[in-house]
Amino acid sequence: MDLKLEHHTTDGIEVVDVEGEIDVYTAPRLRELLIDLVNGGHYQLVVNMEKVEFLDSTGLGVLVGGLKRVRAHDGSLDLVCTQERILKIFRITGLTKVFGIHDGVDEAIAARKSEK
Amino acid sequence: MPTVEMTFTPLPAHVRTARLVATAVARRSGVPEALLDEVRLAVGEACSRAVEVHQAHCPAEPVRVALTGAGERFEVVVTNTAVGDGGMVWPPQPATDGQDPAALPAELGLAVIAGLADDVQVSRNGDGLSIRMSWPSGAPAA
Repeated sequence: MDLKLEHHTTDGIEVVDVEGEIDVYTAPRLRELLIDLVNGGHYQLVVNMEKVEFLDSTGLGVLVGGLKRVRAHDGSLDLVCTQERILKIFRITGLTKVFGIHDGVDEAIAARKSEK
Repeated sequence: MPTVEMTFTPLPAHVRTARLVATAVARRSGVPEALLDEVRLAVGEACSRAVEVHQAHCPAEPVRVALTGAGERFEVVVTNTAVGDGGMVWPPQPATDGQDPAALPAELGLAVIAGLADDVQVSRNGDGLSIRMSWPSGAPAA
């Protein structure tokens, strides 16, 4: 399956809905979207990965790149993911300590709001 | 003789095909369902890495993948023929920037493979490298 990307603003936070497979072929599209959002002044991001079927290290690199970009503007990039097979790759690489990973978009937004 | 052998042009678009074929052969070879995601991810990482080094060093040469499922273990060998792929360190080293928790290892894909496959061997193969990985196939011992 290809990669579908959509985004919308909720409570001042830009939510990116990702569906499909994030790999060496499709990850550049996610990278471009994250760069566009940051360049457009969106520094509070939530990436919803509930419909992601596959994620590899290229995708992880894109997410880390996005995190570094928003942090340069004192922003944040949180993830929504409850799928064990996706969470596993975050654990293997130690990135569970780097990202805020939430069970739902509402929870991610609420967590971000409470930190403000 | 491998159960299935394939070569593909070193383009990112073909890595997905290699993943799908490897997963299908693993399933037919009796690899437990719970391990198929690991096979899919590890093969994808090995192929992505091979595509990357081929594009840098020998874009006209194909990436080779051999899948063997006849024995007690399902084995995958991903071979690149890229002259210049001599900088790989196995096992993969952690990120050098200890101050930044978001610093990634130089070869994150290899770190993922190391975390997924319980049996991984890396060997020089002519000018390039072979990554050999295996998983239990569920086949009875001979």
